[in-house]
Amino acid sequence: MFAAAALALLVTLALTLARALAGPTILDRLLAANTVGTIVLLLLAVIGFLTGRPDFLDLAIVYGLLNVVGTIAVLKFFRYGDLGAPGEEEDA
Amino acid sequence: MIDAASWLCLGLGGLACVIGALGLLRMPDLFTRMHAASLIDTVGAGFVLLGLALQAGPTLVSVKLAIIWLLIFFTSPTATHALARAALYRGVKPLLAEEGAPSKR
Repeated sequence: MFAAAALALLVTLALTLARALAGPTILDRLLAANTVGTIVLLLLAVIGFLTGRPDFLDLAIVYGLLNVVGTIAVLKFFRYGDLGAPGEEEDA
Repeated sequence: MIDAASWLCLGLGGLACVIGALGLLRMPDLFTRMHAASLIDTVGAGFVLLGLALQAGPTLVSVKLAIIWLLIFFTSPTATHALARAALYRGVKPLLAEEGAPSKR
């Protein structure tokens, strides 16, 4: 049954990658990349159970933390053109 | 009994993930695609992690699964909100139906 869940997650990964490749704007690609992060996190957990090594869950936690930091960093870069910008005083 | 419940949860989670990805691929504009992607982050992740936790029983593994669920629960809406703000700031308009006209989709 873990194999079926892993297969469903792999199909999801393929469809999401298709959107990331096809996405007309950079924001579509970013949304797809964020979703790929979530799917890989779930896939790590399922594969850990599939092979009987739940230590993979630690990798999943680290991957989730890196994923959200990466997405927010890229979005801030798009918003301000600079990763060190202080905030949004100009139009708040 | 617990095995059956766990398998049901894993199946539902996988199904929700595939449906969300189909929506991500087929929806017409960015904001509807974000809506479809949120299905993966909420229903899909929730059911898959619940199924795994039912298999693990009350151990440290279940605590780690709960930590992963909380991580997704808090970070996914934050990332989606930031994405929507960045899209609106860049001038992306939501695709709206014409006033009084039936939707083409």
